[in-house]
Amino acid sequence: MTIDFELSPRIKATKNMIHMFAESAIRPIARHYDENEHEKPWDLLNMVQKFMGGGMAGAFGSESKEEKEEGGEAKEKKPRETNLAGAVTIEEIFWGDAGIALSFPGPGLGGAAVQASGTPEQKEKFLARFSGDKPVWGAMAITEPEAGSDTANIKTTAVLDGDEWVLNGEKIFVTSGKSALEDSEGFVVVWATVDRSAGRAGIKPFIVEHGTPGMQITKIEDKMGIRCSDTVSISFMDCRIPKENILGSPEVVDKTKTEGFKKVMATFDATRPLVAAMAIGVGRAALDFIKETLKEEGVELRYGINPHRMTSLERDIMQMEADLKAARLLTWRAVWMLDNGLRNDLQASMAKAKAGLAVTRITQKAVELMGPLGYSREYLLEKWMRDSKINDIFEGTGQIQLLITARRILGFTREQLK
Amino acid sequence: MVSFEMDDEQKMVQETVASFAADLMEPAMRESDEKGEVPGEVIAKGWELGLLGGCIPEEYEGFGEQLSALTGVIALEELGWGDLSMAMHLMAPSVLAISVLDQGTEEQKKQYLPAFCREEYKAASSALVEPYYNFCPSAMRAVAERDGDEYVINGKKCLVPLAKESDHMLVFAATNPGMGFSGVDAFIVPVGTKGVEIGDREKNMGIKALSTYPVNFKDCRVPLVCRLGEESGCDFLRLLSRSRLALAALAVGMSRRALEHSRDYATQRIAFGEPIGSRQAIAFMIAEMAIEVDATRLLVWEAAWRCDKNMDFEKEAALAKNYAADMAMMVCDRGVQIMGGHGYIRDNPVELWFRNARGFATFEGMVMV
Repeated sequence: MTIDFELSPRIKATKNMIHMFAESAIRPIARHYDENEHEKPWDLLNMVQKFMGGGMAGAFGSESKEEKEEGGEAKEKKPRETNLAGAVTIEEIFWGDAGIALSFPGPGLGGAAVQASGTPEQKEKFLARFSGDKPVWGAMAITEPEAGSDTANIKTTAVLDGDEWVLNGEKIFVTSGKSALEDSEGFVVVWATVDRSAGRAGIKPFIVEHGTPGMQITKIEDKMGIRCSDTVSISFMDCRIPKENILGSPEVVDKTKTEGFKKVMATFDATRPLVAAMAIGVGRAALDFIKETLKEEGVELRYGINPHRMTSLERDIMQMEADLKAARLLTWRAVWMLDNGLRNDLQASMAKAKAGLAVTRITQKAVELMGPLGYSREYLLEKWMRDSKINDIFEGTGQIQLLITARRILGFTREQLK
Repeated sequence: MVSFEMDDEQKMVQETVASFAADLMEPAMRESDEKGEVPGEVIAKGWELGLLGGCIPEEYEGFGEQLSALTGVIALEELGWGDLSMAMHLMAPSVLAISVLDQGTEEQKKQYLPAFCREEYKAASSALVEPYYNFCPSAMRAVAERDGDEYVINGKKCLVPLAKESDHMLVFAATNPGMGFSGVDAFIVPVGTKGVEIGDREKNMGIKALSTYPVNFKDCRVPLVCRLGEESGCDFLRLLSRSRLALAALAVGMSRRALEHSRDYATQRIAFGEPIGSRQAIAFMIAEMAIEVDATRLLVWEAAWRCDKNMDFEKEAALAKNYAADMAMMVCDRGVQIMGGHGYIRDNPVELWFRNARGFATFEGMVMV
């Protein structure tokens, strides 16, 4: 092994292909699905499903089919690039448009949870559907009106009644919830407590199929950005699901230990850098737009001169460029570690924290720098500023990422550093 | 294929330099700063690591296979972790040596390189920065005019390390003023040359143990053979960029040290019944410091990797260096802030890093990889 920043030919080819796709198929319709919030680009989604099947799903956090078939201990040594490929692909798609990219069919976070902690039977039953002809979505329901990043405070309950779990409670901010439950034959992974007194150890994920009685979408949110992606509230009223739809063990083994909870939370170590990659794609779109505009105006950026001789514009752009690159390199490091079987929770949080904040600032600065071109809905820049803000919020806010990072650096538990 | 893992040689270099930095540099840091003097024995021991000789091929009496900017920045990060003054003193000869190695003529390589491959430390200096608030390497005021077989150098330089301790200095001056980076050349000037006026040692805010001097060039005449690359001259921006990588790597190392110090203090210092690191106001500062130190290292690595791969790396090196200068100041400022009043007291090292950190915005061409 040696330090190397050159993408493998396979990833490069994919990157180029996805970029062309993003430029020709996503960009041109980005504005429409921003202005027409609850519409879906069905033609595009059908095409994505048809041509990429579960392939795109692979890019979104779970292992690709090819990988699964190879499997086996013997092949373990072969360098894997699945997650790096995912990060690179995501950056390109999100360069096209974040809202549309987020609306793409696939297992999503719910599917990732099944992949991470499901039994072989569960994987077979719930994941096969994503490689069919029709678009299908998976979703994950964690957040509640009074429990965001504080997942241990989840109030939705799951009570075992004979051969069924009975779910009661309310979930909000479920990404692709409508897509999964109403627009396709998907499912949602719902986090509920089997024993409130057990705290985090009592919280378990349950798979709820579309069309299950007692489950209802109660609200479809109107959002500042990523409008093509639906975000819903779901209420569960005596919603009964089969006993075997729990992910992982139903036992609350030891109330002082939270191993099971941690295992599912580990899903985030894989998805956080991918969320960082999403942010980077949007940031790059903004930076590309600025640079093209300046080029058309004949403005040359003088790299390498001393910063105090630069124009304010040059200084800002170079700062943005360095920040974006730094975020990308932190992200690549986090996914590279994952591909190489190294513990990456610290690096994943660092990447997400850096990318979320950097890109929020980059797009805001970009709108400022482009003056009326930035503020006008004639161009997409203002949209990117609205879209990118979500990256500093979902999958754990920037502050949560700093908290995780600080705990690891300082060696503090969650009780020592709250 | 993307990888963040060092090769075996780099790991070995890192390990060796890291233990040298911890065992010899860091313990001597405070006294050295107060005295304004780099301990000779640390430099002697540091030279034995062969960091410079290891870049120079056997044909010039060195023991290196290939010059690697990446291996260089890995080593310099560790030196920067140890102490900035000592690191810059130890590596000051690298500017002349690596410039000659990278862009000198065969004769220049044969003439100058063997001196840096001996067992004893060999000082060498470089003169790039000029004493003007708006100094910029692309708009150098020092000029070198051709006069027959000679060049006549005129201009003022400052932050010239080890000027009095060296036999030679590499002087950067504009041969084509107004041509930006491409109008600059480098000259290997014997320190005793007529017209080289070395002033009294400078008094700087930081890097106090490193002796730096102002140098005036007044009709200083050197023969053409002293021009780096002779008739073909040199690629100044490339050399400047190699130097920027080295400075950025030092900034990463020193900042990492300040981060580690802050981390330890935040876990040990008790206020209101618990470690101050238990408060988000402190913890978040430390998290951001850690993220930025890592981010900068990766920017430096990527630019150095591009350099080694013979790709354009000048833009990347400039971005990395500017980023590193700001990062170092942010991290070291917080290092002082986290210790509160204690951070301001010279018993503690953070104020030293704080003073050193701001220098990175000004330093150019004082070390090289």
